[in-house]
Amino acid sequence: MKQYFSEIYTGGKSLVEGLGVTFKALFQPIVTVQYPREEIDITPNYRGHIDLVLDPEKNTFLCISCGMCEKACPSDCIKIKGEKLEGEKKKTLVLFELDFTKCSLCGACVESCPKDALEFSQEYNLAAFSREAFHFDILKRLEERRT
Amino acid sequence: MLESDFQKKNRFFLNMGPQHPSTHGVLLIVLEMSGEYVLDPQPVLGFIHRMHEKMAESRPCQSFMPNTARMDYVCALPYNHGYVSLVERKAGIEVPRRAEYIRVITSELNRVASHLLWLGAYLLDLGAFTPILYGFDDREHILDILEDITGSRLTYCYYRFGGVNQDIDDKFVDSTRAFIKRLRKRFVIYEKLVTKNIIFIKRTENIGIVSPDMALRYGMTGPNLRGSGIAYDVRKNEPYSIYPEFDFEVPVGEQGDCLDRYMVRVREMEQSLRIIEQALDRLPEGPVRAKVPKNIKLSPGDCNFAVEAARGELSYYLVGDGTGVPYRLKVRVPSYSNLSCLPELGRGILLPDLVSILGSFDLVIPEMDR
Ligand code: SF4
Ligand code: SF4
Repeated sequence: MKQYFSEIYTGGKSLVEGLGVTFKALFQPIVTVQYPREEIDITPNYRGHIDLVLDPEKNTFLCISCGMCEKACPSDCIKIKGEKLEGEKKKTLVLFELDFTKCSLCGACVESCPKDALEFSQEYNLAAFSREAFHFDILKRLEERRT
Repeated sequence: MLESDFQKKNRFFLNMGPQHPSTHGVLLIVLEMSGEYVLDPQPVLGFIHRMHEKMAESRPCQSFMPNTARMDYVCALPYNHGYVSLVERKAGIEVPRRAEYIRVITSELNRVASHLLWLGAYLLDLGAFTPILYGFDDREHILDILEDITGSRLTYCYYRFGGVNQDIDDKFVDSTRAFIKRLRKRFVIYEKLVTKNIIFIKRTENIGIVSPDMALRYGMTGPNLRGSGIAYDVRKNEPYSIYPEFDFEVPVGEQGDCLDRYMVRVREMEQSLRIIEQALDRLPEGPVRAKVPKNIKLSPGDCNFAVEAARGELSYYLVGDGTGVPYRLKVRVPSYSNLSCLPELGRGILLPDLVSILGSFDLVIPEMDR
């Protein structure tokens, strides 16, 4: 009998203590961020999908269409094509496609690039209704950023 | 267990999962029931099999790195760690000391994050909603810290053969130290909110007792084995990386019930914080990545490497044939063995107790199915 009541006492006390914790939390600053109405800054090191680096001096890409990134990618996401344009000695990039549906954001392509011509974008708000929406034309994205 | 004639005549099968909140993933457990009692629980696996091992055998060993993080997405860095160390052992690559320190710090942070998530999810299984909010609040800090250096929040691909992808900076060190301080204060809250709570104790004490003998028979590892009182931890018993240099304890339970497994994990978080603190204090300067050949050749012969993941012993077994593509890669994951005792353990118990036991095993289904 005595044990029965002592159990009720300790049990009840533990519940009150637990409630005390939640009660205290009521007066603490709010930690929830009301996404999408509010957003937090993401770290500059965040790895979004890849993008071509824009060379500020030449106002174009740094890529030499060597194909290293294409080879390094574990999931065959990257498709590039370089062509010899008239009057130029070296190949010029004419196509850079990324199949983001298969990309695992591993960074192998960025690391393998001999010219540091690839970077990670900061985009994380990605949602769409079709698979094709994630077949990115990276070259076109670069054109849009060009001044 | 008392079974009335009516119940005997009306035994039935209940499918728990594959879409069930407390199987934590696509796990199906077929339960033969008599009233509210479970007669025979049989786990059915394979719903999320992705052929990870086969993928490893069909591409250069570097290309398997992103896969390692996708087996156990809750505690991905030890999976990274096991795989890079395996290939380093096979190819004889030396890792700079600073890189090893960074690996240990980040792995331990990931372990804490995994245990915090488990704590919240387990309590959710038992019907307590509040603790998961506290757990997620703390875990979010770890994810932010790790995101800052790895670039991703869960499926990290941070370690590289011969080191790590990116060096850590002062900001990382400071925020990690601040987090350790914060979490120590939060442990007090967890104790008040969960550990001492009478309802929690009643739902876990003396439930699902795994005897040491049974744990060994089924090859259980990690906190589940240590909950049964066997102090086996790969970090101590088969030391790898720089773990022997740190002073930490291996918490064990007494009788192997759900409460013991809970206590082991909670105390393990404290030990992980200790390891991180020591590593931060002694962090050496130097490079974080050794020079490794571009195409790593895996010499003929086999090689094994085991690490302590948050759920137990994770070991990679690799057979090379002289090319850069593994001939065979076998991954031994902890959750699979941990679950295998369920048919024996779950016989004749109440259904709510089965939920409690399942939660206390800390299962990650994508890891079992691979
Ligand atoms: S991040 Fe990895 S998976 Fe994605 S495109 Fe680059 S190499 Fe391929
Ligand atoms: S590796 Fe770099 S330079 Fe070569 S094709 Fe890819 S982006 Fe261009």
